[in-house]
Amino acid sequence: MFNQYRNRWRVIAIIFLIGAVTSGGALLKTQSASGASPAPPDLRQTGLYSDFASRTVDSRNLHYSPQYPLWSDGAVKQRWIYLPPGKSIDATNPDLWTFPVGTKVWKEFSFDGHRVETRLLEQLGRNEWRFATYAWNADESAAVLVPDTGLRGVAEIQPGIKHDLPGVKDCQACHVSSRTEILGFSALQLSPDRDPQAPHAEPAAPDMANLQWLIQKKLIHSYPSVWAGEPLRIKAPNPRSRAALGYLHANCGNCHNPAGSLESLSIILRHSVAPDALEKTAPKSAINRTGRFRIPDTKPGETFLIRPGDPEHSAVAYRMATRNPFRQMPPLGTKIADAEAVNLISLWIKEDLVRPDDSPAKEP
Amino acid sequence: MNMSRWSMICVVAIVALVCTFLMAAAKPPSKEVKQGEYLVKGMGCGDCHTPMKMGPNGPEPDMALFLSGHPEKLVMPPAPKLPEGPWMGIFSATMTAWAGPWGASFTANLTPDKDTGLGVWTAKNFIDTIRTGRLMGKGRQVQPPMPYQAFQLMKDADLQAMFAYLQTIPRIVNKVPDPIPPQNMGAH
Repeated sequence: MFNQYRNRWRVIAIIFLIGAVTSGGALLKTQSASGASPAPPDLRQTGLYSDFASRTVDSRNLHYSPQYPLWSDGAVKQRWIYLPPGKSIDATNPDLWTFPVGTKVWKEFSFDGHRVETRLLEQLGRNEWRFATYAWNADESAAVLVPDTGLRGVAEIQPGIKHDLPGVKDCQACHVSSRTEILGFSALQLSPDRDPQAPHAEPAAPDMANLQWLIQKKLIHSYPSVWAGEPLRIKAPNPRSRAALGYLHANCGNCHNPAGSLESLSIILRHSVAPDALEKTAPKSAINRTGRFRIPDTKPGETFLIRPGDPEHSAVAYRMATRNPFRQMPPLGTKIADAEAVNLISLWIKEDLVRPDDSPAKEP
Repeated sequence: MNMSRWSMICVVAIVALVCTFLMAAAKPPSKEVKQGEYLVKGMGCGDCHTPMKMGPNGPEPDMALFLSGHPEKLVMPPAPKLPEGPWMGIFSATMTAWAGPWGASFTANLTPDKDTGLGVWTAKNFIDTIRTGRLMGKGRQVQPPMPYQAFQLMKDADLQAMFAYLQTIPRIVNKVPDPIPPQNMGAH
C-alpha cells in the first residue's frame, strides 16, 4: 500500500515539476517579450566615464566626429563609441555596418556651454537595441534617465524656443528602419578626408577615431579593399556641391535611402560608398521630379523635389527652411531652421545644378 | 487556308481574351481583403475619412468620396477662437476637419491614389504609421482626433488586411491640406 501511494506522489510531483517549469518559462518569455531591460537610471552607470566627478571619459570609449554633423539647433555635440574587446565591425554592406553585440554609442548635447542631455544607443543582442536619454541637471552634477516618452521643453535654446529630450519612439523614428542603425558612424562620415566646407564642420581632434584608424586597428572587417587606400570623399564638380551632397547625406539620407522603410518614396539622398553603387553623387532620384508635397500657394505640378535653378519650387529647400512642424524636414529633432545649410542648398540648386559639370563655380 | 477559317480563329481568340479579362476582373476578393473590409467598415474609418453630406434624410456619408479624406475643394475658414474648456473642440459639417488645442487637422485620403493617397505606401508603411503615431513611421506626428492609439492594439495581420482592402477601393485624387499648428490658427 505504501508503494501505491509513493508512485501516486511521484506522479503528482512530476506534474507539479512540469507545471513549474512551464510557468517559469512562460514568465521568462513574458519578461523578455516585453522589450529590452530598463537602462541604468544614472548616466554614470552606463560606462561612459572612468571618473564621473572629473568627467573623464573611459579610455576604452572611442571619441569620434562625423564630418557632416546632423543639425541639432546649434547644439555642440560630443560622441563616443564602445566596441567590445576582441570584436570588430562588419562592413560587408559598406553602407550599413553590422556592429558587435555589446556596442554602445553616446552622444552629448550642450547649449551655451552647458550640458543638456546625453543619449545612449546600446546593442543588447543580435537584433535588440536599447535607447536611453539622460538629462543633466542645472549644475551638471548628475544626469538621470528620462521617461520613455521623453521630456519636453527642458532648456531654452532661443527666446521662446525650448529643446526637447527624445523619448524611445523618437529615437526609433530615425534609427530604426529595416534594422537599427548607428547614424553618423559610417565610412563617409569617418573619412579622414574631411570636407572643409561642411556646414557646422567640427574639427577632428588627434585622439578621434576615423575610418583609416579603424582599419589599422583591425576594428572593422570585410570592407571594400579600396578603403585602405585613398580616403573616401564625395565626388562632386565643385566644393559647394560636395558640401551640399554631404549635408543631404547626413541630414536627410538617414531616412531617405534605398535600404529603409521609406524606399517606397524612391527619394535617395544617402550617398552610397559601395564601390558598385549606381547613385553615388547627385541625388538624381529627386531632380526634376514631382512628389506628393506641394509648397503652399503653388499650383499642382509646380512643386518639384529639386528643380535645378529654382529653389523656390524645390520641396527640399522649402522643407529645410520651414519649421512648421507639419511641413519641416527633418520632421523631428530640430525647431530652428539651419540658415547656413538652407543658403548652401538653395545656392547649389540655383547655380550648381544648372551648370555643366566641368565649368568653374563661383566660390561663396 | 481560306479567309473564313482565319476569321473564325480570330473571333475565337478575341472571345478568349475578353473572357480572360472578365474573369480576372470578376475575381472575388481574397480572404485578407475581405477581412480588411470588415475591419475598415466595422471600426468606423469612414466616419471621419468619408466626407458627410446633407441627404434627403439628413447627414449621410458621401460614398462617391469614400475614404478620400477632407475634400481639397473645401477650403476651411480660420476656426473660431475656442474656449479653454471643458468645451474645446470643433469640427466641420463634413466631419473631415477638426480643430482643438492641437491646431487643425484634416482626415487623410486613404484611397490608393499615388500622388494624394496611399498608392505608393506599403503595408509596412501603414503598420508603422499606426505603431509609431508618425506618418510612415518616420514623418510628422499623426494628429488628433485620429485614435491610432486604439489601433495599436490590433495585430499586424489585421492592420495588413485593412491596408490590403484600402488598396482595392476606388482611387480618388484629393490633396488633403496639411495640418495647421496652433500658432498658425489665426491666419492659414
